[in-house]
Amino acid sequence: MSIRVENRVAMATVEELKLRVRELENELIKCKQKRCAEENAGGSQKHYRQRIEKMSAEVVDSNPYSRLMALKRMGIVEDYERIRTFSVAVVGVGGVGSVTAEMLTRCGIGKLILFDYDKVELANMNRLFFQPHQAGLSKVEAAEHTLRSINPDVSFETHNYNITTMENFSHFMDRISHGGLEEAKPVDLVLSCVDNFEARMAINTACNELGQIWMESGVSENAVSGHIQLIIPGETACFACAPPLVVAANIDEKTLKREGVCAASLPTTMGVVAGLLVQNVLKYLLGFGSVSHYLGYNAMQDFFPTMSMKANPQCDDHYCRKQQEEYKRKEAERPKQEVVEEEEVQVVHEDNEWGIELVSEVTEEELKAASGPKPDLPEGITVAYTIPEKEVNTPAEEMVEETEQSLEELMAQMKRM
Amino acid sequence: MADEATRKAVSEIPLLKTNSGPRDKELWVQRLREEYLALIKYVENNKSADNDWFRLESNKEGTRWFGKCWYIHDLLKYEFDMEFDIPVTYPATAPEVAIPELDGKTAKMYRGGKICLTDHFKPLWARNVPKFGLAHLMALGLGPWLAVEIPDLIAKGLIQHKEQQTNS
Ligand SMILES: [Zn+2]
Repeated sequence: MSIRVENRVAMATVEELKLRVRELENELIKCKQKRCAEENAGGSQKHYRQRIEKMSAEVVDSNPYSRLMALKRMGIVEDYERIRTFSVAVVGVGGVGSVTAEMLTRCGIGKLILFDYDKVELANMNRLFFQPHQAGLSKVEAAEHTLRSINPDVSFETHNYNITTMENFSHFMDRISHGGLEEAKPVDLVLSCVDNFEARMAINTACNELGQIWMESGVSENAVSGHIQLIIPGETACFACAPPLVVAANIDEKTLKREGVCAASLPTTMGVVAGLLVQNVLKYLLGFGSVSHYLGYNAMQDFFPTMSMKANPQCDDHYCRKQQEEYKRKEAERPKQEVVEEEEVQVVHEDNEWGIELVSEVTEEELKAASGPKPDLPEGITVAYTIPEKEVNTPAEEMVEETEQSLEELMAQMKRM
Repeated sequence: MADEATRKAVSEIPLLKTNSGPRDKELWVQRLREEYLALIKYVENNKSADNDWFRLESNKEGTRWFGKCWYIHDLLKYEFDMEFDIPVTYPATAPEVAIPELDGKTAKMYRGGKICLTDHFKPLWARNVPKFGLAHLMALGLGPWLAVEIPDLIAKGLIQHKEQQTNS
């Protein structure tokens, strides 16, 4: 027993040392990068431009905004300069998030807040944006460095942590609600560019609580489909309103070999999804074109299904339900106006004859019991899985038996085992 | 994934009642008590079935878990440290179990040594919120992963039996 405790103390020290080594390595890489940049620039700063106070439409080779401001002259966008008033949070700076951040930086967004806990690895080099010499740096730090040199007019804020843990989640919420261009105002939009369910759910939880509008993006693990989705809490379906919506890739599951690998990735698919995402962001922020609620990308057939889905009154997230009430109240107060009919999808309760495979060995009855109603979705879009209607009761003998033991006692009992 | 033995083991793990995550104060303590009760029962069941294979403990808030898991192959015991954080969205989302020392040795892992669960696991978990707990995560997630990956890693010579680890 005592040996284990001592061991733990020793482990903590090793962890601390590892962290210190990491920090020093980061410092060293930065120094090297700085020297490299200086050498490239011949010792001067000629590759770095000065900040520009006001966007100009003047077409000269030194104006980085002339082609963007042309959108205004052509009548596509009413007021392009407004881009500088917006603050956008990008959660996840990987294959999709880094390209998203680069596009927004080049468009002249006012402020970017980047969240990612990962560091750049050589294994990431099949994707866009990061470069081999950045290996070892934290993704947010490396991204900020590159993005700032592309466009010094953008303000950056970076957070190198995992948003899904208790330690960081409240800070994450705080930055969403106070990270606007004017401090103490919320950000204008949150973009989810993460690659896992846990992080998406964490963003969903935060945005439902704060009533924050956000966009979700994703690329499938087989790298040949992706999607973007606009989530307006209380109005459109949140991430917890239905099982995850996925683009049907029309690949026979039997021919899809999953042995020995977790996930594939292609720079093309990630670039397309980042492009679709930022296009939707620009349309939403600058008010042009129509903003997609859900847009899928099937790379195998070059098919782009779209749809719109209302929030689910039975959503498991109670803040989602609260936001729905709030939305209903506001809608009722609003003066009536002509409503444009749009195809809306709702969860329908019908016999589930399509059933997805749950566990290879289950019987037909078990499979049926484990599947639930499937929403009536447009061609090309499906759900990752279905969930059966809530069970009425589980036999008491299958549930944990209540005891008088306190949590501390149980922890101690587990430790003695 | 779910062979007969796994299914039997899972059916004998008590189900949890309290749908509460680490952001809820008192209810989380209740959920944690249930987690420990289920884990203790599962470890007891494993011991009596002569298939004891992991130990877990947590910090006092129950948000960070760590422990050991082991796998017997050709009468040799291969033991690994595991760890995971409880996500703020637990139990709606299962934690990601990591075995940091195996990071980079198998493609069936995400960065940081997080094990890559089968396609079956997520729907199974989602369908059983909040009844499934950490004991289920061990039985349906980590256990089957070790059973597939460890023999493979041994065969490829990527892990060696450590001398100080006692033979079973
Ligand atoms: Zn919802």
